[in-house]
Amino acid sequence: MRITAREKVVSYVVLTVFAVFAILPLIGVLFSSVLPASANDGGFHVPTTFAFGNYLAAWTQGHFAAYLLSSVLVTVSVVILTILLSVLAGFAFARLSFIGTNIIFFVLLAGLMLPAEAFIIPLYFDLRGADLTDTYASLILPQTAQSLAFGVFWMRNQFRLFPSDVIEAARLDGASDLRVLWRVIVPPSVPAIATMSVLVAMWTWNEFLTPLVMITTDSRRTAPLGLAFFQGEHTTNYSLLSAAGVLVALPIVVLYFVLQRRFINGMVGGISSR
Amino acid sequence: MTTGERVTARSRAAGATRSAAPSRRPKRSWKAYLYVLPAFAVFALFLGVPTLQTVQYSFYTWDGISRATAAGLSNYAAVLQDPELRGAFLHAGVLMVFYAAIPVLLGLLLTMVISRANALRGMSAFRTVLFLPQVIASVVVATIWVSIYSQNGLLNQLLDGVGLGSLTRVWLGDYGTALIAIGFVGTWLNIGLCVVLFVSGVGNIQPELFEAARMDGAGALQEFFGITLPALRGQIAVALTLTVTSALKTFDLVYVTTRGGPGTSTTVPAFEAYNRAFNTGQVGAAAAVAVILTIVIMIITALIGRLQPKDVA
Repeated sequence: MRITAREKVVSYVVLTVFAVFAILPLIGVLFSSVLPASANDGGFHVPTTFAFGNYLAAWTQGHFAAYLLSSVLVTVSVVILTILLSVLAGFAFARLSFIGTNIIFFVLLAGLMLPAEAFIIPLYFDLRGADLTDTYASLILPQTAQSLAFGVFWMRNQFRLFPSDVIEAARLDGASDLRVLWRVIVPPSVPAIATMSVLVAMWTWNEFLTPLVMITTDSRRTAPLGLAFFQGEHTTNYSLLSAAGVLVALPIVVLYFVLQRRFINGMVGGISSR
Repeated sequence: MTTGERVTARSRAAGATRSAAPSRRPKRSWKAYLYVLPAFAVFALFLGVPTLQTVQYSFYTWDGISRATAAGLSNYAAVLQDPELRGAFLHAGVLMVFYAAIPVLLGLLLTMVISRANALRGMSAFRTVLFLPQVIASVVVATIWVSIYSQNGLLNQLLDGVGLGSLTRVWLGDYGTALIAIGFVGTWLNIGLCVVLFVSGVGNIQPELFEAARMDGAGALQEFFGITLPALRGQIAVALTLTVTSALKTFDLVYVTTRGGPGTSTTVPAFEAYNRAFNTGQVGAAAAVAVILTIVIMIITALIGRLQPKDVA
């Protein structure tokens, strides 16, 4: 499509204004994280000296090594469990026939709409009754449950698009359901599974309410929870807070820049198709 | 995923009851339940059952420790009568303007400007940057904005810089501005989402439509209202669903920035539900707030869903 040069310039200017608006606060926090704490009043300053020691201070004083470890542990567990359970269930919903398909699927789908507040209160008392609060299990299991609504829906859609003839051919060769799934359907579906995994990893990593409710022991706090408490204790040490914030956000941001196409297409395609 | 696939996926998902079963579908087998059961069990145990329990809790007066007593509908009546709870829902309404209405309108404006030029070079770089706020943990976002709104923060720096120094204040500590300040963070978060959604929607429009319109001498405005806007109905519905629900679900931002203060000027339903259940020992009232919040989210989602064009959904 041909457009005039003037229109092109206007488009670029408008896009740039919005992009600057989106990124300025993020650049500000990066700058703030390397300003010497004594020179940091919370404002936007371009650093002239670089105090990378803020990161070390946040890492040690803020116990972020422990928090990040908790987050990695919980996120990896949730992603693995979600992949396993979603692939199995998605396969059944897409390719197998059983009574109650629609009802069970609808119930799962309703989970996509539920805010965490809808179930977190009784969940806390239930898990406390089972002596599970303040354990990693109290984060991993509920967060897996939250991911499954999306995961099952996502995998079902992917498996429905899979060409039926290939499956039929495998079945004619005598392959069982499970063999068809793992040997025939899963290998070419790896990109779709990967997209689901990065989205679930992001949601799990960034989750705040569940750890806030479930975790009381400092060392078991996840990174966002640790940051919230750290913020409460160091409200005016902007250098330290910014460094800690960067540490908490960095893993997902790096993942995002590496896989941004997958991220955006996954979110735009996956969420919007619900 | 290509657009074609996405549309197919969507129509198939929606039409599960209609014609989903391929003709060569195998016979019904009980083994299928073995595949569904693990996922369903985890889902039911940690999400389904607790959701039903929330409804049950909402009819009781309970402090979380001693015996619960039946409360009938009094917890629900409190939401209407207690000014703090009523206020929380009103605040959520204000947040919807900032989280949903402004980003969608600005997103459309931006799309109008750039829709004639969807072959712009570097578009994917813009997309990456505009979408970036969406992937950052909301707790981090909150700490960033706490410093932007602080006494010497970026906002007051900017105001001083343009000679509006008299307007400076501690934005999150001021009764008049705290809620709006939180809302504006939502605007910052959601603009990128709306733009990315709308621009990808424009990419789906047949270029011939624009060519034809231009042959007929349509200007940018006519093109937008005649072609772009109608074609974006689906994307607008999606953007509204996501942004309105994110406004209603706001918790992390409030928890980190203001804890509902100053006074009760920034309480929201999600925060009230958390606070009453885990800090002030009003579990029943908290559950009632959670139930109402959930119902509101479901009703709004359903209403917005009606915006979706029927041929796609």
